Amino acid sequence: MTEIFDLITVGLFASAIRMATPIAFAALGGIFSERAGIINIGLEGMMLTCAFSAVATTHFLGNPWLGVLFALLIGALLGLLHGLITIKFAGNQIVSGTGINILALGLTAFMSQVIWGSRGASDAVQGIDPISIPLIKDIPIIGGIIGVHSPLVYILIISVAISYIILFKTPFGLRIRAVGEHPAAADTAGVNVFKTKYYCLIISGMLAGFGGAFLSLGHLNLFAWGMTGGRGFIALAAMIFGGWKPLGAFGASLLFGFSDALQMRLQTLGVLPPQIILTIPYILTIIVLAGVIGRVTPPSNYKPYVRE
Amino acid sequence: MLVLKKIDLNITELAQKALETFKVELKKIVPQLIAIFIALLVGSLVLLATGFSPIEAYGALIVGAFGDVYGIGQTLTQATPIIFTALAFLFAFKAGLFNIGAEGQFLVGALAAAIVGISLNGLPNIIHVPLALLAGAFFGGLYALIPALLKTELGAHEVITTMMLTYVAIYLTGYLVTDIFKAPGWVSQTPLIAPSAELPRILPPTQLSASLFMGIFLVILTYFTLQKTVLGYEIRAIGLNPLAAENGGINVKKGLIIALVISGALAGLGGAGEVLGVHKRFIDGFSPGYGWDGLAVALMGGLNPFGSFLAALLIGVLRSGGMTMNRVTGVPIDIVTILQALVILFVAAPVLIKYLTKSGKKND
Repeated sequence: MTEIFDLITVGLFASAIRMATPIAFAALGGIFSERAGIINIGLEGMMLTCAFSAVATTHFLGNPWLGVLFALLIGALLGLLHGLITIKFAGNQIVSGTGINILALGLTAFMSQVIWGSRGASDAVQGIDPISIPLIKDIPIIGGIIGVHSPLVYILIISVAISYIILFKTPFGLRIRAVGEHPAAADTAGVNVFKTKYYCLIISGMLAGFGGAFLSLGHLNLFAWGMTGGRGFIALAAMIFGGWKPLGAFGASLLFGFSDALQMRLQTLGVLPPQIILTIPYILTIIVLAGVIGRVTPPSNYKPYVRE
Repeated sequence: MLVLKKIDLNITELAQKALETFKVELKKIVPQLIAIFIALLVGSLVLLATGFSPIEAYGALIVGAFGDVYGIGQTLTQATPIIFTALAFLFAFKAGLFNIGAEGQFLVGALAAAIVGISLNGLPNIIHVPLALLAGAFFGGLYALIPALLKTELGAHEVITTMMLTYVAIYLTGYLVTDIFKAPGWVSQTPLIAPSAELPRILPPTQLSASLFMGIFLVILTYFTLQKTVLGYEIRAIGLNPLAAENGGINVKKGLIIALVISGALAGLGGAGEVLGVHKRFIDGFSPGYGWDGLAVALMGGLNPFGSFLAALLIGVLRSGGMTMNRVTGVPIDIVTILQALVILFVAAPVLIKYLTKSGKKND
């Protein structure tokens, strides 16, 4: 038992924040999409494609920040693609998202072989170095947990705040929520329903882009086959658990990040077979999802909007 | 003589009827055919952009898939498990459920069949094989019961739960064959199943097994169940409008549970067929993603059992031909996954296909 308590260190919490970051980015992406009335199952694939794009761009151009930029662009394009299919062509949102996920898996594996000649993993590229925050890093314990991280972690924290402000304190946010809750009423009130949905999906894809870039450039500095490992789906659970609100989703992501960090440390102890420990984050996701449902109702009506 | 003639007439009548149904069902998949065509075109663009020749690549693919008996056997072998997972996705979808976890149910069923295959001895073939298949279907169904109950009792969306359970199944089966059921040696796999549990190979030296016949039978059975039985009617009613179904006196909860459990059983049976017919044991990571293929195939086939069967054959062609293509031209086999995804995306946009067919007619 003491061994297990020994695991609970400042390092564990810092690692939990790192593991939570891609989930939280995708969860924010999920919120923008679902608040505008579109389910985005494709977050998993968007993150994967962006993780790949970030590494490939860095490989060719040598600058990881250009990699992030390109990942955002690809994320935006994939968001737009999901929008085209579900808004313009009134396609099924889950089918479209699934298509994007499978496309991501195939395209990244294909391109990985074209560029590096390997399906499993890319060559290592230059990653994004962590930064330390002056003053905060010197606070005992707290400094150790939040003082030194990849800049993308701080971008996430800023994104959570900005997302909250946009969604709940600006006219644009009001329009988004109106479009999601009651598109016909929003349309009557003069809101451009379709444009608003497109904007939200582009934002959603870009947030997934940040998450993907963090996975590949803020962590391992390479791209590996299927490296998202279901985090896009876990993000959807975090979004639901957080009540479709940025702060709530961030909190839920931290919980999942913690379970992931704990899982990695438990493996070093060797008390349980590694495969059993690896299932922990997925089982936790199911439990959280099952436990929370019934107390929450989705904020949107997800039917494709057809103007009458 | 007279009696014989009458029977004869009935058989031709029946055959004609069956053919007509088949034709009607085929007409429904015209948009899918267009989607496949566009996907192949876009796929050529991907190949061109990455410095490959689409003509060489597709050519090698076709030669590989149909060139000789071995190629044809390989094509059918690749198609077989996908028939099961496609039916699994389709059956749940008819009730309005997205079972994207067929991969997990497939693996659980495969391992269950392997365990029955290795742990029982001295049984006659005619008992051992059905027993192992039944174990596959039962445990596949049981594994799908979890998301079914989570959905009906707690309202957890099956898209997330079935996906999460797939990861759990991958790791859990992986653990079981690296520990409890492990064969001696370095590879994570079970020992070989008893010869009495083996499904016969039907086209030696290829790995094609009698599992294909089981798949074909299930295609017909699924069609029949969905179209001609009370259960099928109820499932389709729930899928179309659960509220109306409830008002019409259908027990929606029960219907959803049954649909998802049957879906899981179909996937599990597919896994069992692979173990008993092809690999003769459970090997960790033996499925290259048959569950995902099934989903793609069901959508490509217009969510119709016969269409799914044809789409599974197409994926079999792409997969087995893809290996030759990879060897001959160096094109990564993942182009097949890209093509599948493109078809799904085009199929997802029915308005796009309609628009394209209309403008196509105008051009003519």
